[in-house]
Amino acid sequence: MASIVFAILFYFATLLLVVGLIYRINTYARTPAPLKIPTTPAPTTTGGVVLRLTREVVFFESLFKANLWIWSTGWLFHASMALVALRHLRYFTDPVWGWVAFIQPFGMYAGITMLLGLCGLWWRRLFVERIRYISTPSDHLMLLLLIGIAASGLLMTFVVHTDVIAVKGYFLGLMHLDIQVLPADLLLSVHLFLVVSLLVAFPFSKLLHAPGVFFSPTRNQKDDPREKRHLSAWAAKLESEKN
Amino acid sequence: MADITAPAYREFPIIPVLKPGSMEGKGPFVASDKINEAVGFPGHLVDDWHDKAIAKMGELLSKYRSFKVFMDACVHCGACTDKCHYFIGTQDPKNMPVARQDLMRSVYRRYFTLPGKLFPKLVGARDLTREVLDEWFNYYHQCSECRRCSVFCPYGIDTAEITMAAREILDSIGYGQKYSNEIIGKVHKIGNNLGLPGPALLDTLEGLEEDVKDAIGIDVRFPIDVKGAEVLLITPSADFFAEPHIDSLIGYAKVFHASGTSWTLSSMASEAGNFGMFIGNYEQLRKIALRIREAALELGVKRIVVGECGHAWRVAYSFWNTLSGVGDGAGEVDRFAQMLQKQLDHRYKQPTHICEFTWDLIERNALTFDKSLNDKHIITFHDSCNVARGSRMGDLPGGQFEIPRNIIKAVANNFVEMAPNTTREQTFCCGGGGGVLTDDLLELRVKGALPRMEVLKQSVDEHGVNFMATICAICKAQFTKVLPIYGFDRKMVGGVHQLVSNAIQLGQK
Repeated sequence: MASIVFAILFYFATLLLVVGLIYRINTYARTPAPLKIPTTPAPTTTGGVVLRLTREVVFFESLFKANLWIWSTGWLFHASMALVALRHLRYFTDPVWGWVAFIQPFGMYAGITMLLGLCGLWWRRLFVERIRYISTPSDHLMLLLLIGIAASGLLMTFVVHTDVIAVKGYFLGLMHLDIQVLPADLLLSVHLFLVVSLLVAFPFSKLLHAPGVFFSPTRNQKDDPREKRHLSAWAAKLESEKN
Repeated sequence: MADITAPAYREFPIIPVLKPGSMEGKGPFVASDKINEAVGFPGHLVDDWHDKAIAKMGELLSKYRSFKVFMDACVHCGACTDKCHYFIGTQDPKNMPVARQDLMRSVYRRYFTLPGKLFPKLVGARDLTREVLDEWFNYYHQCSECRRCSVFCPYGIDTAEITMAAREILDSIGYGQKYSNEIIGKVHKIGNNLGLPGPALLDTLEGLEEDVKDAIGIDVRFPIDVKGAEVLLITPSADFFAEPHIDSLIGYAKVFHASGTSWTLSSMASEAGNFGMFIGNYEQLRKIALRIREAALELGVKRIVVGECGHAWRVAYSFWNTLSGVGDGAGEVDRFAQMLQKQLDHRYKQPTHICEFTWDLIERNALTFDKSLNDKHIITFHDSCNVARGSRMGDLPGGQFEIPRNIIKAVANNFVEMAPNTTREQTFCCGGGGGVLTDDLLELRVKGALPRMEVLKQSVDEHGVNFMATICAICKAQFTKVLPIYGFDRKMVGGVHQLVSNAIQLGQK
């Protein structure tokens, strides 16, 4: 029974995530940026913009300048989560790719640092006056959701092991539309249910910061307004109407 | 307004505690019917303002990627919370950049996102009520669009873009701000923000020629409407008569004189400022910028040079090419832009900042200075927000910081920097930019100047600084007003070309 429920949930969540994200990204890409508004000093070449965005995405450069506490907890969480997510590729590949096998131990401990980072972020949200002021219930819930995912995952890794071979069989099966038996394990069910919730929330919530950063005109525009005329379609219409 | 006093300096620049509501109801005057209608906006709040506002918001979301992405991307991380000079000075939490954005974002979520429609409380979404609208008017006029928060945001969210959208929505339903809209009306009607008519301008310039002749015995000209001049100078109208602005205008004229450049002002385009940006209205921004194009075409100039004005330089540098074709690199079939670009001399950057113009001459050793004439000054430089974070000078990123400093060092002996986290791209706004330079917002302006005043105080105490140079007409006007409130001499502020003017030696080369 649980096997079928989770199969439906995962298919539904994946579909929603993919369609939702494509829709969002498409909207961002199609919405014009009529004026040149890079936050200067800004790169003057495309290569420079790629570097700027890379530094922003990999190192959180602007956040580093802003606040070391938010940067260190935020970066720790994101970098750890990236490792943890990559480690989970082992449940979706057979045979497991070499580098995925190699990062397994790092990915396991990254779960701990991910949880630490999340707790640090939540601590700030709860106890720093001005950050508490700007927080909505959904901000707290989002952190709790991620903390739940990390904690349930860590418990299965280090305390109450689950049958990972069966779990892998289940997900490989899902990928081939062949529903296998999911181990009946409360922790596993909690973990998977929270992950489904995260996937569903992604295209509707502030998690859109992930694609958003690539479309932010203050970060992705070249600083070359004097050298090249930049004109959006709707602004060009104003010219043809009157001149 | 005489009872406004300066807030106390913070002993250490720590993050202030919140004082909710401390700036409630302290927004600016609302524009009258006459003022709004002169700019083409509804005279007063329309009956169906709710639906109109939401419709306008939807329109802007489809026209501006910045607005759309910025509404979605914020994670409430708090990086920006202590970065705004108005928050530091007023302690009102709604002056924290993210909280200012959320005044709009909460409404965006309610009307444009699924979670906001289904679970408004959970995601902090709310209906657009009259109270919310008043809150918008109040707090979106307590932002100077200085972009300091955008430097620190991990997604580059620029509150200025959201403030502009809010003001655009407010104007579209007849809830405009008196100060900005009145000024835009003057530009259209008379030609400049100060409402200085052509004959008065001519008079002023003649008087200036006499004053300079009396002072240094040399005929420095201030030409206007000269067809066939090489350079068209577009400068803020405050340069024509306000103190200390006028001293920089004299500086530009001396540089043109010393380099033998034929130049002219234009009575049609006697204003560099463009308040269309402040109200976020593309049509106004464009209409005001087109005056410069017309003047350039009519006078047949080869170069367009812009005087010391912060937001004007952002508009000129970043937007003029888009709005009016003043620039380079228009497509072959782009007849509108080509018409002007064919006329301009592309050995030079178009447009050119007056500091780029002067620094180029200094580098080519074409100007002579007696630096000792500035020895009475111990000088520091206040980076103006729009120049620092919305433009560039020269060929390299950051030239907007180096070139004015290089000029100061070339014309004066005593230069010191202010604290590093308050200069260059991290500079603090003077507190008067973005359409708030009006006496009905004086309390806000005084409090918003606090972070800059603290750092100035420090450099006065440590280095004996007695002159703060800047290249912005609004900075100059704002500091002239607030410096005395903080116990400084109002003559401490001046332009970079005021220093150039002091030291330049005419008739030497």
